[in-house]
Amino acid sequence: MNRTLILGGILSALMVIAALLSFVWTPFDHSAMNIPEKLQTPNSKHWFGTDHFGRDLFSMIMVGARTSIAVACVAVGIGIGLGVPLGLWAAARQGGWVDEVIMRGNDLIFAFPSLVIAILITAIFGAGAINAIVAIGIFNIPVFARVTRGGALPLWAREFILAARVAGKGAARISIEHILPNIANLLIVQATIQFSLGILAEAALSYVGLGAQPPTPSWGRMLADAQTLVSIAPHMALVPGFAIILTVLGLNLLGDGLRDALDPKLRVARV
Amino acid sequence: MLRYTLKRLLSLIISLAIASLVIFTVIEVAPGDPASFMLGINAAEDTLAALRAELGLDQPKWQRYLAWVGGMLQGDFGTSYQYRTPVSEMIADRLWVSLPLALYALTLSTLIAFPAGIYAASRRGKASDVGVMGATQIGVAIPNFWFAMILVLIFAINLRWFSAGGFAGWDKGFFAAMKSLTLPAIALALPQAAILARVMRSSLLDVLDEDFMRTARAKGLSRGAALRRHGLRNAMIPVLTILGLQFSFLLAGGIIIEQVFYLPGLGRLIFQSISARDLIVVESVTMLLVFAVITVNFLVDLAYAAVDPRLRARA
Repeated sequence: MNRTLILGGILSALMVIAALLSFVWTPFDHSAMNIPEKLQTPNSKHWFGTDHFGRDLFSMIMVGARTSIAVACVAVGIGIGLGVPLGLWAAARQGGWVDEVIMRGNDLIFAFPSLVIAILITAIFGAGAINAIVAIGIFNIPVFARVTRGGALPLWAREFILAARVAGKGAARISIEHILPNIANLLIVQATIQFSLGILAEAALSYVGLGAQPPTPSWGRMLADAQTLVSIAPHMALVPGFAIILTVLGLNLLGDGLRDALDPKLRVARV
Repeated sequence: MLRYTLKRLLSLIISLAIASLVIFTVIEVAPGDPASFMLGINAAEDTLAALRAELGLDQPKWQRYLAWVGGMLQGDFGTSYQYRTPVSEMIADRLWVSLPLALYALTLSTLIAFPAGIYAASRRGKASDVGVMGATQIGVAIPNFWFAMILVLIFAINLRWFSAGGFAGWDKGFFAAMKSLTLPAIALALPQAAILARVMRSSLLDVLDEDFMRTARAKGLSRGAALRRHGLRNAMIPVLTILGLQFSFLLAGGIIIEQVFYLPGLGRLIFQSISARDLIVVESVTMLLVFAVITVNFLVDLAYAAVDPRLRARA
């Protein structure tokens, strides 16, 4: 069995479980201040220690996972929802002006430094989770459009597509009924990669104060809180940092593992 | 080659034109009138109108767009609403921090990534390959601003080798300035190096399977010599593409690292200008960054079309 897939799956599942569990149970109230117990290092009562307000870091990490998942999920959803249809359309009209316009539009979005634009959008239209989602999501559109088109183009030359055309099916129907199922594995792999990038981007935006706003907990803001205290309470920086790294690592391994598992041709894993 | 260059040049110009329109539009629909922001909420209506006229905000939008683009083509990036100084001067000052930082980080990233990627490829499938690739997996997952905090904790606070932030300035000498850019450059470089090493390895592995590599070995070259003389040169194309992309990423990605280290670069300029509603600065700096990204990618495209005739034919 594929060890990469298992390790990635376990790490990713841990994050999802922590997020779901936080709806019904956390060791402490994640927002409850408890000044007498502030800045504690990890111990048997506070497993990950406490912050400068005495809030329990373990509970904050659990609830923060919700924010990360929600932002990354919707951002990937925007990318798939708009990028996949555009990619299918471009592939169906290969070489035509529709293809040209869609692909040049993609190149243009790629040319924008994504972080600058995300900062611009959140700063101008107001900081917050919704604007962060939109800012991250926009840059997922060309990624999925490109992957979809790249996967769909060789399929259009295959006999079974020709058969479908002879049977009288239109380009739209062929795209949905025959092309899409055949590129699903490509899209799943790309989705896990974009999901991990989304989590990193959300953390970065929250860190500079442009992502989720208080009182919504977020890993990026926990790091921002930790910055001024890093010399006296390093655990405040280490705990959210490790949460981000393990989650992103888990998702990347999951993506690699899925790619190998879904496509035997690629079993000699490269990148 | 000329045909290919002209074609790419045309698409470069179109991209820049559309990019400038998009940036202008985003800034235009942004809520918040710069004039009322500068004068406060108690300003009289005629004072506001006078300031708007002075800043040129009373003119029609299309006229202001043309004036902005026309000015930039002549090196005039407008005048800051807040400081009343030419934006080009503000950018020039900050560029002397952001550009060296990006180049420093790019150099470090290349110095780490190339040997790591080549080593892993030459040990394909062995324990050392798995080890290097495992390390790059972790490197990719590390947020650079978090890594920056950890570097500050270890090397500035505990070991006191570097200062925790701020920029010494070039007038303090080359080494003092580079020293204050060292921790930021490492923080920026390491996650990028992880990506680059993976690309280097996979690109090299693709080349190693080629027939001409077997020919090179057959004519008597050792593994190492074949790798150096024939493998590396052919593996460089995808690596160069990623390097081009990374340069623009480092220039823009420095924004958050500049926040961590309190470096007076373009990133801090953008943040300060956004919070002061100094929109002309935001507009021009964003355009400059987009220009840099598009131009670097254009140059990379041209560079490897010059190196590899196959790419010209395909385009």
